[in-house]
Amino acid sequence: MKVTAEDVQHIATLSRLNVPESELELFTEQFNQILGYADILQKVDTEGIEPTPYVLPICNAFREDVAKPGVTHEAAMMNAPAVHNDGFKVPRVIE
Amino acid sequence: MELYRITAHELHEKLVNKELSSVELTNALYERIDEVEDQVKAYVTLDKENALAQAAKVDAKIAAGEEIATLAGIPGAIKDNISTLGLRTTCSSKMLSNFIPIYDAHVIKNLRADETIFLGKTNMDEFAMGSSTENSFFGPTHNPWDLTRVPGGSSGGSAAAIAAGEAIWTLGSDTGGSIRQPASFNGCVGIKPTYGRVSRSGCVAFASSLDQIGPITQDVTDAAIVLNTICGKDEMDSTSLNESVPDFTKALVQDVKGLRIGLPKEYFGEGVDARVKAEIDKAVKKYQELGAEIVEVSLPHTEYAVITYYIIAPAEASANLGRYDGVRYGYRNPEAKSAPEMTTLSRTEGFGPEVRRRIMLGNYVLSSGYYDAYYNKAMKIRTLIRCDFQEAFQKCDVLLTPTSPVIAYPIDGKMDPLSIYMLDVTTIPVNMAGLPGISIPCGFVDGMPVGMQLIGNVLDEETILRAAYTFEQATEYHKVFAPLGGKK
Amino acid sequence: MTKYITVIGLEVHAELKTKSKAFCSCSTEFGSAPNTHVCPVCLGMPGALPVLNKQVVEFAIRAGLALNCDIQKYNKFDRKNYFYPDLAKSYQISQWEEPICLGGHIDINVDGQKKCIGVTRIHMEEDAGKLVHSGATISTSDSSAVDYNRAGVPLIEIVSEPDMRSAEEARAYLENLKAILEYTDVCDCKMQEGSLRCDANISIMPEGAKEFGTRAEIKNLNSFRALVRAVEYEVERQKEILEDGGHVVQETRTWDDANGVTLSMRSKEEAHDYRYFPEPDLVPVQLDDAWIERVRAELPELPTQRQARLVAEHGLPEYDASQIVASKAMAEYYDEAVKTAKDAKGVSNWLLGDVSAYMNNEGITIADFKVTPAHLAELVNLTKDGVLSSKLAKKVFAEMLKEDKSPKALVKELGLEQVSDEGAILKLVEETLAENPQSVADYKAGKDRAIGFLVGQIMKKSRGKANPGMVQKMLKEKMQ
Repeated sequence: MKVTAEDVQHIATLSRLNVPESELELFTEQFNQILGYADILQKVDTEGIEPTPYVLPICNAFREDVAKPGVTHEAAMMNAPAVHNDGFKVPRVIE
Repeated sequence: MELYRITAHELHEKLVNKELSSVELTNALYERIDEVEDQVKAYVTLDKENALAQAAKVDAKIAAGEEIATLAGIPGAIKDNISTLGLRTTCSSKMLSNFIPIYDAHVIKNLRADETIFLGKTNMDEFAMGSSTENSFFGPTHNPWDLTRVPGGSSGGSAAAIAAGEAIWTLGSDTGGSIRQPASFNGCVGIKPTYGRVSRSGCVAFASSLDQIGPITQDVTDAAIVLNTICGKDEMDSTSLNESVPDFTKALVQDVKGLRIGLPKEYFGEGVDARVKAEIDKAVKKYQELGAEIVEVSLPHTEYAVITYYIIAPAEASANLGRYDGVRYGYRNPEAKSAPEMTTLSRTEGFGPEVRRRIMLGNYVLSSGYYDAYYNKAMKIRTLIRCDFQEAFQKCDVLLTPTSPVIAYPIDGKMDPLSIYMLDVTTIPVNMAGLPGISIPCGFVDGMPVGMQLIGNVLDEETILRAAYTFEQATEYHKVFAPLGGKK
Repeated sequence: MTKYITVIGLEVHAELKTKSKAFCSCSTEFGSAPNTHVCPVCLGMPGALPVLNKQVVEFAIRAGLALNCDIQKYNKFDRKNYFYPDLAKSYQISQWEEPICLGGHIDINVDGQKKCIGVTRIHMEEDAGKLVHSGATISTSDSSAVDYNRAGVPLIEIVSEPDMRSAEEARAYLENLKAILEYTDVCDCKMQEGSLRCDANISIMPEGAKEFGTRAEIKNLNSFRALVRAVEYEVERQKEILEDGGHVVQETRTWDDANGVTLSMRSKEEAHDYRYFPEPDLVPVQLDDAWIERVRAELPELPTQRQARLVAEHGLPEYDASQIVASKAMAEYYDEAVKTAKDAKGVSNWLLGDVSAYMNNEGITIADFKVTPAHLAELVNLTKDGVLSSKLAKKVFAEMLKEDKSPKALVKELGLEQVSDEGAILKLVEETLAENPQSVADYKAGKDRAIGFLVGQIMKKSRGKANPGMVQKMLKEKMQ
């Protein structure tokens, strides 16, 4: 599968990143190099093989339903780039 | 010998015997940092005031005749992707260059309970993505053995700090070799524990199913001591194992008689520097002399491990790094007119090129139409890689490999991403299978340290510690220091 | 003109009634000051990890069993990736491939027609935070402020099959679903507060067509009325497009309640690619039979069972019973009142009549209704015993709404007690007969209607308090 510059732009949009025109060619080339190499995986027969999403053989790690205080409001807002009415201020949500 | 070249367990004796105070020791470390940090650049942030205050507390405790933990009063440093309450934690990224955590990582809580000293936070590849510490917003760290070379990575600052005598012990994190490879490049000991041994709570996530915190130290004993403090079940991490944690120092026995050491043939092939291989061969001979049994084994899916990793890790990373959206913390572009634009510009400007490349790679392999061909295929091959190890451990007790196929390479940024990725071939499979692995010094090439990796079965840190300790005690490599400034 | 068939499927999000959030210990309390029930986990701080609240699984199983689903024993969570300021981690922890419940159904009854609506799946997930806009609407606001108090509150999403064919069927499905969630106590179902939210997938197809038309997903349906209106609007909109030879676009639209229209939400390119993958920070949930069977055994009486009981044991008509059980609070009120009432149908009449009318008028629910079930029962009994006429009972009821007093006390206070004293009534009868000889003559001549006039005269004299039955009886006796 050949990745095009348009594919890279599409993925950049999905990733909420800009790829400047000056970097687009290099990024596309590197993408193709890496994903081209990934084609060797198609050689491996994985028929009937279960994927490994979890490396540990454990399940059911639960927490009891008990409410506890979180952090203070001040701590929550401490790193906020902008604050308004005790909330995290963001510019208009719709473009 | 300079205080900064003494191991933690020896310093502990000196503190308890009142030959030395923690304040003196801590000051000695900061003096050393003053002396060499300009050349090495191992640290992102220093925290002298708090470190000295903590040292004074420990001294008071010792003076009062109270018992102290082995790590109490011993100055260490923390990789800058581990959350420290009130102390800037940047992940070496512009994105978090002003970020002050509001909670402590589980390992930090444990270390604080032991009253250890935090000198500061160490440099790394941005968000742990890299294996040279060149991808840092704050500039590269230099290898104390040769300042023109990389210290490895991503925990390059933590390993260089040990090699340069800028910390007695450090913490790193290892997703595909990020503790073991820099330990090897710097002549240190580094352990990646079994996945789930150490809580990841507070370890800024790169690839959640692979990340694990571990120590980088001057010798195997110190590594066991730090492990004792950081391992154990944490209710804040669902993936932390509810297994009893042994006293790892009890495993430090000089005895490998009858131990079956497996040499996976795939780790000694093409791509391994012949000079590195020669050093590893010498180590194998040493083990034979010490009474170990050497067996050849095969891990047939090794050749697929790197690319499998470079699908799975970026996929997880692409989601893990989504939270850096400029809303609650971190860098925000001040000019953006809308929230989507603000997020896009903040991320584009806040992340370096390697991080942006991996986020995009991850989103690509997860995007509709490609999930099965890449991500799901990689997850299945991960199963095969795990099975390879399970079979190998039928035939042997530990596996022995070079930690890296090469020695530390020059800082020049000349390699393309794929060539750099391929160098992780010896460490990546261990993370893929969740196994414990240790790197210890085993020789030199061109005056640069060579590391040997010992891989253990799940939860069997004790056997690799015993094998490593036996080798260390029978050799002198760990007693050779980097020729930097105040060398002994 | 072509006849069209409407096809509706609903996706309902129900906030679970847990004390703490799905993946951290923060309180789920509603209505607190912004960003006060937050912690590193729900703020998406670097390095913070989720740990699953066991009660979320318990509630999901309970809801699934109540909706006749198969409970899946192996469960895992997935990450659903998208960017929005209220989504702290930029992914929502949800279930994609392995939902906890599959293949259930809800029975509905519209105009006496029974129908079974399929429930495709139920999955567990977390809620997002809340945006408070600086202006009146999202599009007129220059900025917004994010509050993460709701971020991480557990939800179940209940997805129906596209089995509904009218707005009324959709409404009935949602009503029954709401009742079941209330009865099982997994959700408080306050649509106004957003604890129960509904999205509708709506399409139309020409009669006889084999394939469904292109659907629009309508969001922001915060009331039953909104659901019904949105379906009706959307069907007309789509018809117009098709009649004009156009194509319906598959898109997400939002219901604008003020203007009664659906509006296209500018579809973002990435909106359709959520890049789901297994959540590596959580381990799988493995349920065993013991857990599932315990939850099954503990299931409370469900609306359909309760309805059957009210019909069988109390003799209520099907319609009354279905109306009463539709709200758990109403059904509980009814049950409480019936304990002391001598007439179950009387209680039902009051609840579905004057009480419902009053609540609708005031915009309140039975939870805020001040009259106690015991007092309502007393009122029913006073009527049943002939102490109050139905007309006077309404007067007493009006007073009961004003002050917390028993109907008996009010009857006395207002002097409204029905006069059933024979002597007193006899006196009124004799008086009236004497005053109206013409009517007496008419009656005797066979004009039955005349008695109505006489009764009216007596009721007037007694200011409505005379027992009308006794008046009539005595009048007849006297005129024989």
